Amino acid sequence: MLNYDIVVIGGGPAGLAAAIEAKNNGVNRILVIERDRELGGILQQCIHNGFGLHIFKEELTGPEYAERFIEELLEMGIEYKLDTMVLDVSSDKVIYAMNTTEGILNIQAKAIVLAMGCRERTRGAINIPGTRPAGIFTAGTAQRFVNMEGYMVGKKVVILGSGDIGLIMARRMTLEGAEVKAVVELMPYSGGLTRNIVQCLDDYNIPLFLSHTITNIKGKSRIEEVTVAKVDENRRPIPGTEKVFDCDTLLLSVGLIPENELSQNAGVQIHPLTGGPIVNESMETSIGGIFACGNVLHVHDLVDWVTEESRRAGKNAARYVKDELVYNGAAIKTETGYGVRYIVPQEVRVENIEDNLQLMMRVSDVYRSAKMVIKLDDEVYKKIKKNHLAPAEMESVNIPVKDLINKDFKTITVALEVEEG
Amino acid sequence: MKKQNMVCIACPLGCQIEVEHKQNGEDQYIVTGNKCPRGKDYGIKEMTNPTRVLTSTVKIKNAHLNRLPVRSIGEVPKGLIFKCMDEIDDVEVISPIKVGDIIIKNIMNTGIDIVASRSM
Repeated sequence: MLNYDIVVIGGGPAGLAAAIEAKNNGVNRILVIERDRELGGILQQCIHNGFGLHIFKEELTGPEYAERFIEELLEMGIEYKLDTMVLDVSSDKVIYAMNTTEGILNIQAKAIVLAMGCRERTRGAINIPGTRPAGIFTAGTAQRFVNMEGYMVGKKVVILGSGDIGLIMARRMTLEGAEVKAVVELMPYSGGLTRNIVQCLDDYNIPLFLSHTITNIKGKSRIEEVTVAKVDENRRPIPGTEKVFDCDTLLLSVGLIPENELSQNAGVQIHPLTGGPIVNESMETSIGGIFACGNVLHVHDLVDWVTEESRRAGKNAARYVKDELVYNGAAIKTETGYGVRYIVPQEVRVENIEDNLQLMMRVSDVYRSAKMVIKLDDEVYKKIKKNHLAPAEMESVNIPVKDLINKDFKTITVALEVEEG
Repeated sequence: MKKQNMVCIACPLGCQIEVEHKQNGEDQYIVTGNKCPRGKDYGIKEMTNPTRVLTSTVKIKNAHLNRLPVRSIGEVPKGLIFKCMDEIDDVEVISPIKVGDIIIKNIMNTGIDIVASRSM
């Protein structure tokens, strides 16, 4: 049995930031376990720019952002294992992992940071009718083929879903000589950031079909055409609105799912809306000493927020190891009101917060001129004016700890107040 | 007189703006629909000289991957993007490469360099 103070599962942006911050907080025996052949995670395939505006105050590409953290990890001498797959995590923090050089590894940790990221939703998960030809990829898989392996996945492309990866791939495929015929989005608004709509679609005159979906896929060995139809307000296809696009490739950008099989096996409680663990102010899950951060906790739109959240997880994992986290039984619950889909963290133990409590949340719909109303128990604590809110853009609220401490609050509620009309 | 509609991306608000180009002796640009001065600057830049950061990949030999990601240091004119891509397509480098190494100097005479965005 190997022994470590902190084992971080996943060597992407979340795991790297957590490990570095844990070491900065005085814990030395740290191990990062990564299943890929190198550190950096999905950032290595995100070759576009736009990362790091908040953390580094400059626009980096994904690989540049990753490399800064990898360099720091190496300089600090933090141990890591590549090509190593974690098979199981137990509630008493034993990790079973394997690789081809060491075989099966049993690792006892004092604290664990879950940083496994998320997976893409596939065709099977959304049940598109039709044949099952080659040429249908998730957008992220295509991104890896094109940007890292050097394989062009197709020449005439339709993209289903307007999440950021789909938009980024629309531009990328266009630059590499493909014709992107359409981006098709089920919802009446895009699932991606506005700047991606403008810079990836509008710049290249790629049409975006909102409130549309794919109702049929044709093709025998390779995909040959897709049928696209408009949907009604219940997201059901409207007969008679079908258009046929002839294509050799379909990319799916239809959502990301936190990858929590390991967390669930360990007995960590999962939140039904985030798909990630229920956590407290320290990013600690329902099992003491097991922490979670990044896309395994909830899917983020900006890596900068992943870094910030993961530093918090890493720091608190270190505090846990040093026995500095306070458990006195009392916790404030965060609750969602009108228009707020979820809030992370779900529980707050005020004693452990050093300066600010940061609440991260997503709204349920697109709102203009709304107010975000924060209540402590039944009292309105603050109203924040928001000109624009969208499900694709994560919101955060900071509450100074001085406003929470020694007040015995039971709940913090965040709701939207939307002006009529 | 020329009019163009666009979405401003200076901030997440995404104002629908309209830029009108008038030529009465001198060039005049009238931006409407913007809620802040940044929208005006954005609109005028988009009408006069839109530029973009360009990111792509080049072939790499002797590395653990087949492609090296590259980026422009600064923005290239939007109209030259496909020409820049042609130039980038012809390049092949040999590992080792350090992040920031210049891969193409002064691409398409824009004064902009294309550099490696990772070490490999």
